[in-house]
Amino acid sequence: MTVQYSDDLRAKAIQIVARYPADRSRSALLPLLHLVQAEEGHVSPAGVEFCAEMLGITKAQVGAVATFYTMYKRRPTADWLVSVCTNTMCNVLGGQEVYDRLSEHLGVGHEETTADGSVTLEHAECLAACDYGPVMTVNYEFFDKVDADGAVGLVEKLRGGERPMPSRGARLCTLKEMAVQLAGFADDRPEGVADGVAGEPTLRGVRLAQEHGISVPGFDPETPIKAQEAK
Amino acid sequence: MSTAPRREVLEKLTPVLTKRWLSPEAWRLDVYEQLDGYAALRKALAAHPDDLIQLIKDSGLRGRGGAGFPTGLKWGFIPQNDGKPHYLVVNADEGEPGTCKDLPLMTHDPHSLIEGVIIAAYAIRANRAYIYIRGEAVNAARRLRNAVDEAYKAGYLGTNILGSGHDLDLVVHSGAGAYICGEETALLDSLEGFRGQPRLRPPFPATHGLYASPTVVNNVGTIASVPYIVLGGAAWWKTMGTEKSSGPMIYSLSGRITNPGQYECGLGVTLRELIELAGGMLPGHNLKFWTPGGSSTPLLTAEHMDVPLDFESVAAAGSILGTTATQLFSDQDCPVYATYKWLEFYHHESCGKCTPCREGNFWMVRVYRRILSGEGTFEDLDTLLDTCDNILGRSFCGLGDGATSPVTSSLQYFKQDYLDYIEGRTAPRLTGKQLVGAH
Repeated sequence: MTVQYSDDLRAKAIQIVARYPADRSRSALLPLLHLVQAEEGHVSPAGVEFCAEMLGITKAQVGAVATFYTMYKRRPTADWLVSVCTNTMCNVLGGQEVYDRLSEHLGVGHEETTADGSVTLEHAECLAACDYGPVMTVNYEFFDKVDADGAVGLVEKLRGGERPMPSRGARLCTLKEMAVQLAGFADDRPEGVADGVAGEPTLRGVRLAQEHGISVPGFDPETPIKAQEAK
Repeated sequence: MSTAPRREVLEKLTPVLTKRWLSPEAWRLDVYEQLDGYAALRKALAAHPDDLIQLIKDSGLRGRGGAGFPTGLKWGFIPQNDGKPHYLVVNADEGEPGTCKDLPLMTHDPHSLIEGVIIAAYAIRANRAYIYIRGEAVNAARRLRNAVDEAYKAGYLGTNILGSGHDLDLVVHSGAGAYICGEETALLDSLEGFRGQPRLRPPFPATHGLYASPTVVNNVGTIASVPYIVLGGAAWWKTMGTEKSSGPMIYSLSGRITNPGQYECGLGVTLRELIELAGGMLPGHNLKFWTPGGSSTPLLTAEHMDVPLDFESVAAAGSILGTTATQLFSDQDCPVYATYKWLEFYHHESCGKCTPCREGNFWMVRVYRRILSGEGTFEDLDTLLDTCDNILGRSFCGLGDGATSPVTSSLQYFKQDYLDYIEGRTAPRLTGKQLVGAH
């Protein structure tokens, strides 16, 4: 192996495998791939070998899985992964212009990293935030209702060493740090869990109901659960 | 024009699953417990598991992930006393274009899902449960993992839960970016550590699911509904919605409207009413086409604004209720371009297992590029329909079927828009440069 994995990483890998039934350890493969990505920023041949060794399967079996999922990167990826939704809804609301401007500004295309190694750009499929569209994410944290100018300003801050606060969700951490969370470990920053209040679109309907005193009548938590006759 | 909704329309709102979202810290266990949290679990653990399955059957609850299968029936399919381990798997792989209801629920009220998981697992006699959450949903996953830790510490998870003798271990498992894993058998393969590709059915997950054992796979909204039904009862649940489509549903409105967002209403609300709740269409925009439940559901038009958005009525109107992701497009949006972008999505997300979906979407994307770059022919329209005929019903799973929905429906309602590109009345939308740059 070209990369020597630390004892800490091995300990984490053992914890991951322990989450699944003893005879079903292969279930740990997806989190293990996230974990090796946390070490190197992408899934390298050494990472594939590490997963294969942990689970007692072949490198080919690991490689077949790693290449199937878009979040596993096969080339070195920057600290900041900028994803722009260009699926239909965000697209018509301006997401395509955002992506095109960023691509031009950064001088990179899909899944490419800037010459200074600071930002990797990608266009993403629907990110499940259509009520905030057009959206982009940095290391999967949302920046809502972006436009081309705002997006360029955002990546410039990232390149300048700043960590702009996402619209919702936790303050930014690096892609490698995020990969540890994706492997199933708690965000070790206490503020990480607390960060992020519900945005206005999320609350629109329920707030409207509250403002107009609308609730569902007849709710009695003591309603008995009907017991069937003994069979 | 933004106008205040009328009272009779406001009364369509049924804040149940969304209600706790108003409490900014409801994701914390102590706050959740103050808001009826885990009361349903105590009540459920005092009941016989079979009575809980019957309760869910009586409520008429149907799956919130798109298919609308009766939940109680699904639970009842799990063979009991078979000596095999049973599994509960929550499908939290939200990614159907337009759909955005599960992520806010898990982010702002994660314990309601966990409480539903514990009750459902008790009912089907499962000692292991998994929440398979979409990889990109990092914020929701962070809150969920925190909530699972809190629930273990409080004795709601682990061994002998609240002295009931029931054990449950719950793992939050992050995916890695594959829309296909929202298909339940692909999800199970992914959870077993393989490529997320669908399985042939039968056998069904109820008997041969995760690790070839009896498994229930339910959507987030389905499971999160369970504690409310346990508390309020089946009769109360059925005061919302229609006879065959009971209960509240979170409608996700996006696009050319004044106030996009989540609107929880009884099943059967109409788009006209939802638009009124959302403050109307954006100024200068007239509704042209919309999806009732994500991009895999055939497009509807301004003619369909009064269709009750429940499972039966939407089917009768020629579409599918799906995930109630209502994406609204106006006369300023092009249905041909919209469909093209959706097809790019299906092409990208096709798992490649079956030929109709893998090849069909690949070629349809190319036909759309030709039409949109002003080089389309009349035969292209026949080719599209012919391709759809060879995908729909011939694909391994619903992804291929879903891909045909926008194509056939847009050709049904907006053929003129296609002809306008082909006959040169609409300027080409794609240039040669974009064609080269397209992946």
